[in-house]
Amino acid sequence: MTTVGEIRAANPRMTCRQVNVYYGDKHAIKNVSIDIGRNEVLAMIGPSGCGKSTFLRCLNRMNDTIEGCRVTGTITLDGQDIYDPDLDVVLLRAQVGMVFQKPNPFPKSIYDNIAYGPKIHGLARTRSELDQIVETSLQKAGLWDEVKDRLKHPGTGLSGGQQQRLCIARAIAVSPEVILMDEPCSALDPIATARIEDLIHELREQYTIVIVTHSMQQAARVSQRTAFFHMGDLIEVGPTDRIFTRPRHSLTEDYITGRFG
Amino acid sequence: MTIGVLWIPLVLLAATSYLLGRKRAVQAASTGVRLHSRPTYYGTYVALWCLLPAVGVAALWIALEPWVLTHLIVRDLPDSYRHLPPDRLGLVLNDVKNLATGAMVSGEPDAALRAAADHYRSLRSLGASAMVVACFSLALLGLFWSIRRVRADFRARNQVERVIRGFLILSATLAVFTTVGIVLSVLFEALRFFRAVPPWEFFFGLQWSPQMAIRADQVGSSGAFGMIPVFTGTMLISAIAMGLAVPVGLFSAIYLSEYASRAVRAVVKPLLEILAGVPTVVYGFFAALTVGPTIRHMGEWLGLEVASESALAAGLVMGIMIIPFISSLSDDVINAVPQDLRDGSLALGATRSETIRQVVLPAALPGIMGGVLLGVSRAIGETMIVVMAAGLSANLTMNPLQAVTTVTVQIVTLLVGDQEFDSPKTLAAFALGLVLFLVTLVLNVISLAVVRRYREQYE
Ligand SMILES: Nc1ncnc2c1ncn2[C@@H]1O[C@H](COP(=O)(O)OP(=O)(O)OP(=O)(O)O)[C@@H](O)[C@H]1O
Ligand SMILES: [Mg+2]
Repeated sequence: MTTVGEIRAANPRMTCRQVNVYYGDKHAIKNVSIDIGRNEVLAMIGPSGCGKSTFLRCLNRMNDTIEGCRVTGTITLDGQDIYDPDLDVVLLRAQVGMVFQKPNPFPKSIYDNIAYGPKIHGLARTRSELDQIVETSLQKAGLWDEVKDRLKHPGTGLSGGQQQRLCIARAIAVSPEVILMDEPCSALDPIATARIEDLIHELREQYTIVIVTHSMQQAARVSQRTAFFHMGDLIEVGPTDRIFTRPRHSLTEDYITGRFG
Repeated sequence: MTIGVLWIPLVLLAATSYLLGRKRAVQAASTGVRLHSRPTYYGTYVALWCLLPAVGVAALWIALEPWVLTHLIVRDLPDSYRHLPPDRLGLVLNDVKNLATGAMVSGEPDAALRAAADHYRSLRSLGASAMVVACFSLALLGLFWSIRRVRADFRARNQVERVIRGFLILSATLAVFTTVGIVLSVLFEALRFFRAVPPWEFFFGLQWSPQMAIRADQVGSSGAFGMIPVFTGTMLISAIAMGLAVPVGLFSAIYLSEYASRAVRAVVKPLLEILAGVPTVVYGFFAALTVGPTIRHMGEWLGLEVASESALAAGLVMGIMIIPFISSLSDDVINAVPQDLRDGSLALGATRSETIRQVVLPAALPGIMGGVLLGVSRAIGETMIVVMAAGLSANLTMNPLQAVTTVTVQIVTLLVGDQEFDSPKTLAAFALGLVLFLVTLVLNVISLAVVRRYREQYE
């Protein structure tokens, strides 16, 4: 099955070629090729179970943690094959951060939640450097003003929207190049969602972002390119405004007009 | 008809009343009105009313019968018997009861006793019949009264749930009262002990040799009841046991839950749990016959003085016994830590071991503490291994290569065999028991406080 639309990006940060993913015998991703451009937001849409999360997890090799999951094909980050056996997956994950569907702050203080990554990677030599990283990460995630007086309080005591921004701040703190977001707003109310979408706009200037979403409006609001998946196939890729106004594949059209899924 | 078989017709009656109550509720609903509760609740309600009062009366009768009967018989005995001292009177009453049931009697019964026995027998059967009649009348009364209340708007569910709540409260208080009862009995016996031996001698004495002579001129007529050596023994052996069990148990739990493949886990976990099922006697002779001599040989080889019964042998084997408690419980709580947290940490570029150390273990800590505490109480309470492998001599020492004894072992040796129950020697067991109880209580309180502080910090 060939993908409709332009899979290439002018200035790619990540490239994926003929990627297949198997869970045991189940073929979850079928021959997917796509580029992810620099400083662009790529939205991945498609009906439930089509493999969006699975594909997203290939990009930082989180699939390695699932027993029985096998990935073939090539995926590169800045020209470097990330499935190269010599590559250190720990360093890869520091470069490709991830935000999950459900906010998952650690059962630690707000400060320690952010400081966790930088400490592990030795990004700060002194306490004040660490303080600085925590502050800028929280500022970038738009959470600083709300929590600056209670950094020692538990991160799990924040509201759902605050927790999700905390998780974004945590991902930013290790200065990744790419941020993967798997339905980051699905547990949030419209106001918290709007804040996160604003945040994604701002983050785009420094980071490459891939976001999985079930909301067509959200994809239209935050992304420059959109990829439509269906049953493990990448059906269509293209500029977001074109996908939503003039889809070329009938499946894409059916999906965005709400005829299924 | 004896009271024993009374319950069969009673249960049948209750079952019938359940069906009747339900049927009546269904009938009440057939006119088109909505029932307040589901029909089964009406059935249960009627059955409860049929059963509970009858059971209550039966229980009351069983509790009061001996007392009432004795009272009645004593009243009718000739004066010569009635003015006997209480213990002699008790013997006579025993004879009467034995005569009544046809069992062996001490001596030849006289006419008065025979008369009393007949009287007793007739009273008993009269009482039993009266009780049966009362029971069934109450059951029927309850049945008819409650079934008349079954109407569509009657709140049967609320009534039944009230009864259920009553049962729950009863069970809870029963457990509490049992505990309180045990504590009080231990406390009173311990107080009797402290009347014979001053508390400071017990709590701070460095000598433990609980020999009380029966005659004052016997050798060793004054015993020494200092609990420090015994207590040190308990602490020493428990420390050795926990020193082995906590790291090994925790590490094996981490391996099993985080690293082992599914196949390895399926084999290793049951194997570990078999350890928990081995009787402590078996551990005991393993300690006495295998571990003890091995340690002694190794000690000789290193030029160390090792007693053939040593705290080390007992402690190590006890540790092995406790490993499965800690590993199994910790494995469960580690598995209960949400996968989300691990994913979050791994996605930040943390290694597996960093994730375990900094995210998984802190999150699982309260549960792990629970497992460790359970292990500690097992260690403190364990008796058999110590008797067999650590000896009975109350040495005040911190040297794990010497023989020591523990609180539980001393309690056993003090109470085994024929003893007077008011000599300080036997009463000392209760004092030791009290101390043991207080220690475990304090341990529990401490660990609860630790867990709570930890929770407040992180949740
Ligand atoms: N760990 C796993 N083991 C086996 N099969 C899996 C596993 N995870 C996902 N799958 C299967 O792979 C397919 C793709 O799943 P995936 O989670 O990627 O879907 P998704 O597009 O993210 O769906 P959703 O929108 O509901 O999150 C599904 O059919 C799913 O059943
Ligand atoms: Mg998904």
